[in-house]
Amino acid sequence: MGIFLRELRIHGRGGQGSVTAAELIATAAFKSGVFSQAFPAFGVERRGAPVQAFVRFSDEKVRLRSQIYEPDYIIVQDSSLITDVDVFSGLKEGGIALVNTEKDTVDGVPEGVKLIAIDATSLALEILGLPITNTTLMGAFAAATGEIGLEALEEALSERFSGSLAEKNIAAARRAYELVKEGQ
Amino acid sequence: MLQIMEGSHAVAEAAKLCRPEVVSAYPITPQTHIVERLADFVADGELDAEYICVESELSALSVCLGSSAAGSRVYSATSSQGLMLMAEVVFNVAGMRQPIIMSIANRALGAPLSIWNDQQDSISLRDAGWFQLYGEDVQEMTDQHFIAYKAAEQHDVLLPGFVCFDGFILSHTYEPVDIPTQEEIDAFLPPYVPYNKLDAKAPISMGMYATPDYYMEFRYETDQALQRAGDAISAAGKEFGEMFGRDYSGHTESYRMDDADVAFVALGSICGTVKDAIDEMRADGIKAGLVKIRTFRPFPSKELAKALAGVSKVAVLEKNISLGSTMKGAVGPEVKDAVTGTAIDVYSYVIGLGGRDIRKKDIRGIANLAEKGVGNMFYGLRTEVL
Repeated sequence: MGIFLRELRIHGRGGQGSVTAAELIATAAFKSGVFSQAFPAFGVERRGAPVQAFVRFSDEKVRLRSQIYEPDYIIVQDSSLITDVDVFSGLKEGGIALVNTEKDTVDGVPEGVKLIAIDATSLALEILGLPITNTTLMGAFAAATGEIGLEALEEALSERFSGSLAEKNIAAARRAYELVKEGQ
Repeated sequence: MLQIMEGSHAVAEAAKLCRPEVVSAYPITPQTHIVERLADFVADGELDAEYICVESELSALSVCLGSSAAGSRVYSATSSQGLMLMAEVVFNVAGMRQPIIMSIANRALGAPLSIWNDQQDSISLRDAGWFQLYGEDVQEMTDQHFIAYKAAEQHDVLLPGFVCFDGFILSHTYEPVDIPTQEEIDAFLPPYVPYNKLDAKAPISMGMYATPDYYMEFRYETDQALQRAGDAISAAGKEFGEMFGRDYSGHTESYRMDDADVAFVALGSICGTVKDAIDEMRADGIKAGLVKIRTFRPFPSKELAKALAGVSKVAVLEKNISLGSTMKGAVGPEVKDAVTGTAIDVYSYVIGLGGRDIRKKDIRGIANLAEKGVGNMFYGLRTEVL
């Protein structure tokens, strides 16, 4: 096992792009020289059902294949999940919870956890014209944790999307990045 | 060059690099991304192959069998129920000695319906005459495709092979992988030279009727060829190692076995979790080790016996259940047979069926049971729902 192993768990609903978010965060981390691993936990494959996706970051090859139970970070794409799913389960003390919400506070955040609340839905609607929050939250994740650089994230986004779609998603990620940086 | 990509896409890249002339497959979760990507390669002109669309897995492997018999290098991929639907043809491919390579994104079998991972599908076809390789991570399962073609097409082998990897756990994981270049693979894997083929100008028949006077000799010859496949896989794995720096000459791989008292035996992605669990157990003074099985068919009994020499207990981690058997798992009895005549106790533990997550603490729990001589059981049952 390596010198460091940090773990991210993403909570979302089917159709919100949680798996894509995990893949792109892992890709951005790899581009920053980290050995990353991203994988989904598929439940029932339908829109709206709670889904999880996971990312591990390490200085060396990640061998562990189990799901993530004690994450350093969580991303919650949809705050309505908090009443259905124990999104904070196992979140480490000193960990970071990044929650998409219109409100300033979130119920149930464990003690010792840093909450970053961001209205990613409004940002995504404004910039992308769609309430798809995954790329916005990736920008916020980069700013909040420093696990991935903004440049690497932009590179990963432009590999995944093309043309104006890439530009809009990069703009959304960048805006969220700046907002979180300003708040720190 | 190391790049990050999804396991399925790495497999599609590997298949493409092997230059199959015919690809036929039917999509099934969690294998679908592989054949989708290959269809793209063909449509985009990146792969010069016939991509033959069919209406079922039975037809997919039938198309592959005919194409291989006509002298083409052939590729397919499937999972779970898809493999079961192919079963009749699976046996025929081996009997007709066609070196088809098929990726298996391992998935549980119904009923009840499960899209999630275990290894019941490929393990259930262990007697079909195909060699079976299992990958631990995206790199290994990618590399095993090159080795599989090289071994299968040797004229003293001429048998098909499965390259198996855990569905979702590896097929849908993004991680860094080194994909060789086309020039490198061309240097490793020359074009397929059939021993014989269907040719209207020089007609032959394949898959003929064999009376009781001949049938057993055909089966004997197929078994002999599968034993030789073991040597061919090892030789190809060694050559691959010399060219690419990743050696696969062993049918097994030992991890911290030097002074091990308890040894795990396992196949596939679980081995990574086991290695991490072993590091933690070692830190606590528990002398645990792992012997990973890469080649399940032909079964590497001699190599396994050597690797396990000196341990007192063996815990075989089984992502399959041989319903109605004494040891529960299908791998355990073969491990036990490999160490016959020694004082080693071998136990099977059925774990992770239908996508049940496997954690380091489960591995440690099994080590404790093996120490106490308790085994041949399901591990991690939810007794409250029984």
